Amino acid sequence: MKRFIVTLWTAFCTALISFGSAQAQLEIDITKGNIDPTPIAVPSFLGTDTQMRELGKDIAEVIRADLERSGLFKSLDPASFLETQTNIDYQPTFADWRVIKAEALASGRVVRETDTKIRVEFRLWDIFAGNQLAGLRFSATQDNWRRTAHKASDAIYKALTGEEGYFDSRIVFIDEKGSKTDRKKRLTIMDQDGHAPQYLLAGSDLVITPRFSPSAQKITFMSYENIVPQVYLLDIETGRRELLGNFPGMTFAPRFSPDGNTLIMSMMSKSNSDLYAMDLRTRSTSRLTNDPAIDVSGSFSPDGRKIVFNSDRGGSPQLYTMNADGTNKKRISFGKGRYSAPVWSPRGDKIAYVKSLGGKFTIGVMNPDGSGERQLTESYMDEGPTWSPNGRVIIFSRETKGRNGSNSIWSVDLTGQNLRKVNTPGKASDPAWSPLLP
Amino acid sequence: MTIKPIAISLAVLALSACATKPKIEPVQERPVVEAPPQIFEDAKPTPAPVVQAPSIVQGPVFDPNAPVPGSMADFAYQAGGEPRIYFGYDRYDLTNEAREALRRQAQWLQTYEQVNAIIEGNADERGTREYNLALGARRADTVKAFLVSQGVNPSRLTTVSYGKERPIDGASNEAGWARNRNGHTNISSGAVG
Repeated sequence: MKRFIVTLWTAFCTALISFGSAQAQLEIDITKGNIDPTPIAVPSFLGTDTQMRELGKDIAEVIRADLERSGLFKSLDPASFLETQTNIDYQPTFADWRVIKAEALASGRVVRETDTKIRVEFRLWDIFAGNQLAGLRFSATQDNWRRTAHKASDAIYKALTGEEGYFDSRIVFIDEKGSKTDRKKRLTIMDQDGHAPQYLLAGSDLVITPRFSPSAQKITFMSYENIVPQVYLLDIETGRRELLGNFPGMTFAPRFSPDGNTLIMSMMSKSNSDLYAMDLRTRSTSRLTNDPAIDVSGSFSPDGRKIVFNSDRGGSPQLYTMNADGTNKKRISFGKGRYSAPVWSPRGDKIAYVKSLGGKFTIGVMNPDGSGERQLTESYMDEGPTWSPNGRVIIFSRETKGRNGSNSIWSVDLTGQNLRKVNTPGKASDPAWSPLLP
Repeated sequence: MTIKPIAISLAVLALSACATKPKIEPVQERPVVEAPPQIFEDAKPTPAPVVQAPSIVQGPVFDPNAPVPGSMADFAYQAGGEPRIYFGYDRYDLTNEAREALRRQAQWLQTYEQVNAIIEGNADERGTREYNLALGARRADTVKAFLVSQGVNPSRLTTVSYGKERPIDGASNEAGWARNRNGHTNISSGAVG
């Protein structure tokens, strides 16, 4: 990961704080389905020269798109703006922004620092309270300018919702080509907004179920490179790929522990699928389940103490939790239907899953004790949920029915609102959302 | 189309029995005729002497389309079609039909002992990816276990689960799903041809 500096613009903030009341009035409650997105104005960032001005325009565009996609904001049309700021260090004319019904204003500038480095500064204003909510400065190499935009989006999101954002993050997924009966699948990575998709592996081996390490530097996945498909580890930066262990049976459904030191996976042994934990430092494995049923799809709680998994030990696929050492197994899904693919939220408060009932597949969430079950989506086939770094958004694969059926990636809020298609270069499945980038 | 192996071996016996009784004389070589040296001239070639062949005796009728014994096509032919057996939804137990088909597969595998196979377990699209990998693995293992119970050496059989990654039918209906829930005995080495 390239070096990226974020400095809280504290000195800058305190200088201006006296202009308005220190109390923010603008606050967005993201726990409710947001029916009325907050109108926000993001003019093109100012620039110290033509090239920086061009960059400033692009940065504002990326921010506007990020905020729009969240469903919490409505980005106002720059053509409607009455005031054109020429220096972001002066307070804006709040009345001009009130007229166009902006509730927040994010204005910034791009400064060239060296031939290859830029500095991006921006201020977020509460138009009704008439005060500054955030002031931030980022330094980055020029080719990393999109990340400065995503960092700004994260800062805006945090200032207005009180929660961490998720825009400076990436998605790893499976790019799909070909017809349903002749699919070619490739491991691919892109920015959260669909920008800069890149294949991560050469070759045409079938690769599925990629997952990020908590450092966002590594990916674990399953590959059919050998006759017996196995779990692999890939370093994104160096491209180094490694087979994890050499087991006689298939290993699959891998997922990192929150500290990144352990990998939980399923292994076939004597016609039986059980869960195992592999210590990535010693490569020793310990068995977590020992039941003749199918045990699969383990996912750690964010404190690393618990694991949720999928098992058909009760006669049909259901969700179970257990302690990280395999003790205290408890069934948590009791609704109608068949449950699978559980994933613990990074906030710890919810478990996302797939439920199939009446010929439909839905993405749902429940509390870790199984209560409060809620279905967020429904289609012929919705599967593979993965959480945004802040645990507020879920993205998943959706496959359409029939011979021409194909996969695409969708996102939905925890509230069940704001269902939208995620930009991908083509057909795509098996998404995994990275943590916020360092 | 179900021709049982037992019927085929009888047919082979009958063929060899017939071949021994009415002795078929070898067809005589046609005498080699030296082409005239003046090739550019419009000379007529000497006609070849006509040799009357002895009459051919009718042997037993066999399927002219039958594949070469020991070939992959022969395996499919003897197994009564494509060497796939089918499972119920979310099931990995063998139906009577599947057992019958696997017995035929086992018989063929016993005949051609140099052949190795990969048993592929497949699932239909109405399940999530990882669960279906486990389900496919169980199906493949069930097929292998049955073939081994019929006398096939387990070291000749490898299993792999494709979960729902390798559908053979794109249709999203009962017929399509049923075809995609299968165990496929895929010959990996040792077949003729």
